[in-house]
Amino acid sequence: MSEGIGVGVIEKGAPQGAHGNGPSLLLRGVRKAFADVQAVDGLDLEVARGECFGLLGPNGAGKTTTIEICEGLTAPDEGTVELLGLNWRTGSSQLRQRIGIQLQETQFPDKLTVEETLRMFRSFFRRGISVDESIRTAQLEEKRNSRVGGLSGGQKQRLAMACALVGDPEFLFLDEPTTGLDPQARRHLWGLVDGLKQAGRTIILTTHYMDEAQRLCDRVAIMDHGKVIALGTPQQLIGTVGGEDIVEFAVSAGDAGAPESGHGTVDAARLTAIADVHSHRVDAGLHQLSVSELHLAVPRIFAALKEQGLHLSEFRTHSATLEDVFVQLTGRNLRDE
Amino acid sequence: MSNLEFSSLYQLTMVRFRLFLREPEAIFWIFFFPILLAVGLGIAFRNRPADVLQVGAITTQLTQALAADKGLTASTMDEAEGTHELATGRILLLAIQHADGVAYKYDDTNPDARIARLLADRAIQAAAGRRDAVQAANQLVHETGSRYIDFVVPGLLGMNLMGSAMWGLGFAIVEARQKKLLKRLVASPMPKWQYLASFLLSRLAMLIIEIAAFLGFARVAFGVPFRGSLWQLGLLCLLTSLAFSALGLLVSSRAKTMEAASGLMNLVMLPMWILSGVFFSATRFPAVIQPIVRALPLTAAIDAMRGNMLQGTAIGQMMPQIGILIAWFIVPFAVSLRIFRWR
Repeated sequence: MSEGIGVGVIEKGAPQGAHGNGPSLLLRGVRKAFADVQAVDGLDLEVARGECFGLLGPNGAGKTTTIEICEGLTAPDEGTVELLGLNWRTGSSQLRQRIGIQLQETQFPDKLTVEETLRMFRSFFRRGISVDESIRTAQLEEKRNSRVGGLSGGQKQRLAMACALVGDPEFLFLDEPTTGLDPQARRHLWGLVDGLKQAGRTIILTTHYMDEAQRLCDRVAIMDHGKVIALGTPQQLIGTVGGEDIVEFAVSAGDAGAPESGHGTVDAARLTAIADVHSHRVDAGLHQLSVSELHLAVPRIFAALKEQGLHLSEFRTHSATLEDVFVQLTGRNLRDE
Repeated sequence: MSNLEFSSLYQLTMVRFRLFLREPEAIFWIFFFPILLAVGLGIAFRNRPADVLQVGAITTQLTQALAADKGLTASTMDEAEGTHELATGRILLLAIQHADGVAYKYDDTNPDARIARLLADRAIQAAAGRRDAVQAANQLVHETGSRYIDFVVPGLLGMNLMGSAMWGLGFAIVEARQKKLLKRLVASPMPKWQYLASFLLSRLAMLIIEIAAFLGFARVAFGVPFRGSLWQLGLLCLLTSLAFSALGLLVSSRAKTMEAASGLMNLVMLPMWILSGVFFSATRFPAVIQPIVRALPLTAAIDAMRGNMLQGTAIGQMMPQIGILIAWFIVPFAVSLRIFRWR
C-alpha cells in the first residue's frame, strides 16, 4: 500500500498534500473549448501518489477531454498540466514511457492474437513487465492465442488494460473502463483495478457509474459542464447530502385528487420539520428525503403523510450514494442526457 | 531473438505482415489477380497466323485473278450486292471492272482494307502480266518482345504495384484511424516514424514475392523477354512501390472513413489506369495533354519498365522517368508527414 491513500482530502486550490513527493498530477486553471462548446472550464485538480482518483460525471461533462489533456493527447487552451513532475511540452517522450493509457474506444486489430498485440505494445517501452505477466494480470491466459476479434467485450477491455500495463507505468489512465460491459464483466474489471491499487499504482479513472466510483476510488471529483462541482472521498461527498439514507416515496391523493401523484398536496415544510429529515425534493412525482437515523425518521414520515390525508403508492429507502450527491448538486440524475 | 522481440520497428513490421497474410482477399488481389489478368489478355491477344482477307469482284475473271493470291479469298457478286457486303463488313474490298480498267471500292481508314487493296492490286496486275522488277524473297520472323502480351506485362506490373501500395497503405491507415487505434498508438511511446516505416518495410518484402510471382509466370507461360538487367528492374519496382506508397499515405493522411478514402483512391488512380499506358501506348493521347500524361507516376513507371524489359535500356538512360518517380515519392511523403491526422 502506498502512503498516499491515507492522506486526507486535498480541497480545491489547497496547497499540496503533506506527503513527501508532491502530487503525481497537478492541473491548474485548465480550459479547453471545441467549436462553441466549453468542454473543460477552469479545472484545478491534484492526484496524490498511489491514489486512485475518479472523475465522475454524466456524458458530456468533460471527463474524457480532461483525461486526454492529462494524457497529452489534447492540448489545453489555457492552464498548466504537471504530470510526475514533468510537462507535456518538454517531457513528452519521457512521460510516454512512464504512463499507461487505456482509451475509451480503442479497437485493436481483429486479426492479431492477444499475445501478438501485447508483444507489439511491449516493444514500445524501454522497460516494463513481460508479456506473460501482463496476460496473467489481466487474466487472459486462456485467450492468449485467440484473435482479438473473437474476444468478448470484457476480455477486450482487459486486453486494453493489459496494453496499458506492459510498460509497468507509474501512472495509469483508465477512461470509462467498464462502459458497455455486463455486470459480471464490470465486477471482474473492478477486481483487476483493486489489484493494481494494492500494488500501489497511481490511477485516474473516469466513469459515469457512481457505484464504480464509490467502489474503486479513494477520492472523487464530480464533474458537470466542464467544472468540478464536488471533490472528496466518496464518504465525505455522501456526507454532504446531509443524511446517510435516502427515503423515496410517491403519493396518490386518496380518492379525490389526480390519479398520478400529489404534487403540491404534499406539504414539504411539514416533512423537513421532522428532526432527522434534512432535505426534500421532487423528481417526476417521486419525493426524495435525505434522512439520518432512518429507524426514527420513517415512523414520523408515515405519521406526517397520514395527517395530510395522503395515500402512499410507493415507499423505499436506500443508503445515500454519489448519485444522490450529484442529484442534490445539479438537480439532475447522472444518467440524464 | 530477444533483441528483435524488443525492437518496435520489427514488431510493427511483423504486425503488418500478419494482418496482410490473414486477409485472404488481399492476397487474391495482389498475387492472383494480375496473373489471371495476364492469362486473359494473353489468350485474347495471342498471335494468330496472318488473316486471309475476304474480297469480292463483279466478274469471274477478276475473281480468279484475286483468288490466285494466298492472302485473299474472293467471290463473285454484282455491284449492288457487293456494296451491301462491303457496308456490312463481310468483304473488305470490291473490285469493279470498268471499260478502261479496274476500280477498288474499300474503306481507307480500315488497315485491313488497305492491305486488301494492296494484295488485290498486286494479284490483278500479275494476272494481267506484270512482272516484278526485282526478285524478292521473304524471311519470316516471329519475335518475342513485339507481341501484345510483351507490351502489356510491364503495364500490368506497374498497375499492380500502384494498386497494392495504395490500397495496402491507405486502407490499413484509415481503418486504424477509424478504430481509434492510431490514437492509442500515439498515446504509447511508439516512435511515429516507425509506424509509417513499418508499412514501407512490409511492402518491400511483399514486393519481392509479388514481382517474382507475376514476372515468373509471365516468363514461363508467355516467354516474355527480360532484356535489361534484373536488378535494375527490381530497383524500378522498388522506386515505383515507394512512390505509390507515399501517394497512398497522402491520400489516407486525413480521411476519417473508408468511404472517403476509397473515393479519393479512385480519384487518384482512375486517371492513371486510363492515361498511363497500361493496356495501350500513352502516346495515343493528344500532344496537348502529353506533358500531364508524362508527369504521372504510373506513366513514368511503365515507360521505364518497358524500356528495361523490352528494349534493355539501362537506368542511366531513363533519368526523366526515375526523376519523376523520386519526386512522387518525396513530395507526397513530406506533405503527408506534415498533415497526417493521428486521431
